[in-house]
Amino acid sequence: MDISHIANLARIELTDDEISRFDAQLSQVLEYAAKLKEIDVSGIEPTAHTYPIFDVVREDIAHDENFTAEEALSNAPSEALQQFKVPKVMD
Amino acid sequence: MPTITELRASYQSGDLTPGDAIRTLSKTIDNTDGEIKGYISYDTDAALAEAQNVDLSLPLGGVPIAIKDVINVKGQPCTCGSNFLDQKYTAPYDAGVIKKLRAAGAIPFGRANMDEFAMGSSTENSAIQTTRNPWDTSRIPGGSSGGSAAVVAANEAIAALGSDTGGSIRQPAALCGCVGLKPTYGRVSRYGLVAFASSLDQIGPMTQTVEDAALLLQAISGHDAHDSTCVKDAVPDYSSFVGQDIKGLKIGLPKEYFAEGLDAEVKNTVEAAIAQLESLGAEPVEISLPHTEYAVATYYIIATAEASTNLARFDAVRYGRRAPDADNLIDQYRRSREQGFGEEVKRRIILGTYVLSSGYYDAYYLQAQKVRTLIRKDFTEAFEKVDLIASPVTPTPAFKIGEKSNDPMAMYLADIYTISANLAGICGISVPCGFTQSDDHKPLPVGLQLLGKPFAEGDLIKAAHAYEKSTTWQKTAL
Repeated sequence: MDISHIANLARIELTDDEISRFDAQLSQVLEYAAKLKEIDVSGIEPTAHTYPIFDVVREDIAHDENFTAEEALSNAPSEALQQFKVPKVMD
Repeated sequence: MPTITELRASYQSGDLTPGDAIRTLSKTIDNTDGEIKGYISYDTDAALAEAQNVDLSLPLGGVPIAIKDVINVKGQPCTCGSNFLDQKYTAPYDAGVIKKLRAAGAIPFGRANMDEFAMGSSTENSAIQTTRNPWDTSRIPGGSSGGSAAVVAANEAIAALGSDTGGSIRQPAALCGCVGLKPTYGRVSRYGLVAFASSLDQIGPMTQTVEDAALLLQAISGHDAHDSTCVKDAVPDYSSFVGQDIKGLKIGLPKEYFAEGLDAEVKNTVEAAIAQLESLGAEPVEISLPHTEYAVATYYIIATAEASTNLARFDAVRYGRRAPDADNLIDQYRRSREQGFGEEVKRRIILGTYVLSSGYYDAYYLQAQKVRTLIRKDFTEAFEKVDLIASPVTPTPAFKIGEKSNDPMAMYLADIYTISANLAGICGISVPCGFTQSDDHKPLPVGLQLLGKPFAEGDLIKAAHAYEKSTTWQKTAL
């Protein structure tokens, strides 16, 4: 497993020490997980949820359970002008 | 501590008020939680203020309930056992189960410790503190709801809520000697439960008695428009199953659950409990769940895949601990998540991201979802022959703190008896069934697991209560 590549996809800046440790530990886990490949699953549908529920909609009526801007921003690490503030996204 | 039922009787007779109960709990926590470390925080003044206006005629009127620190209670912190949220997040809303608890008159009191984001089986993965097993404080309380189990066992709570993704209610309940019930997927709202694996997570009660588990389950069950996976089916009267007799109840014993790897003391204790059920009129039937040996691998692929997507929300934009001085947004994500998450959380996000990544999705994730179908089918077929399934909850009693910290694989394998219920979406309960007898260590609690058909929590309550009533285990430690 290319841990650095996966860490980049997961947006985590791992240390070199973590990369080598996870590499060893997760290789062991994947080796164990390889036993799933021995099962013949031809014709078997995958299960995403055990209790299938479809098309859940509510009545199209406005309700008053929405956050105010103040509530939505109440835990913001940084804010300005009633919006979440972040560092620049592109140069 | 009194049970929910006893506390309600004391309120009714006028011997106690909710304020008295909260002050007594608060004093007990002050005295013993320095050693147990079951609570991350508790707000006595807020609970006392709520106690003033409580309606004692409601089913849980004035009953304080400890809440696992992964369930949002408006105005209270919700750390999830993580540095990412510790001191950096106050819940702006009540979770679905909290709204239902309040409607039943209960008072959420105390935030129980847990493995970070519910990832772990020992509560050692909490970034805040390590909870100790009240029966032997050199040992783990189980996890991930280890704080909830420990505070109930240590007389620091009347009852608690936990959450169970692969055994996180049943396993700590077994190791701490209390009752823990994982409802059927969809029975209880997940709205406001910080998500770990959305197709597996359920909130459930952790209590001193089966009767209390029925009361607490009643209060939190039922539809919630904020969770599209929460079913609309009517909720049965769970307390009506308390006291029913179990003559002729067919109890399946999966041969794969009593095989290699099961500690002899746990095996003997659980087999004695099954013999006890038989003496009460139940009929044991040997069954097979042939895909059991694939459950751990299936679970750790599906759960980590779901976790890797769920935990993407921790971006330090809207809440949480933001790494200082990032030059751009991507760096802010990368550094905040590196600094805010603990080792096990990062390990699982990496594994989950890998099994979903291009080139590996079919081989791991899709394959695991198909095996999940087979595991579920094992249970469907077994339940054509039996009413309930009985087994151990854990392969061993509580182990020593630190014993498995550097061996994640060994920790994962110990979840073998509990994770299939989450993969299959069925309900399960852990009920105390005795203690280890070895002279090598202090007596440690052992749990009996009963698994039921989807939405047959009543059958679990019926059998667990009949068993509990016929035994005389000491209920709490300390």
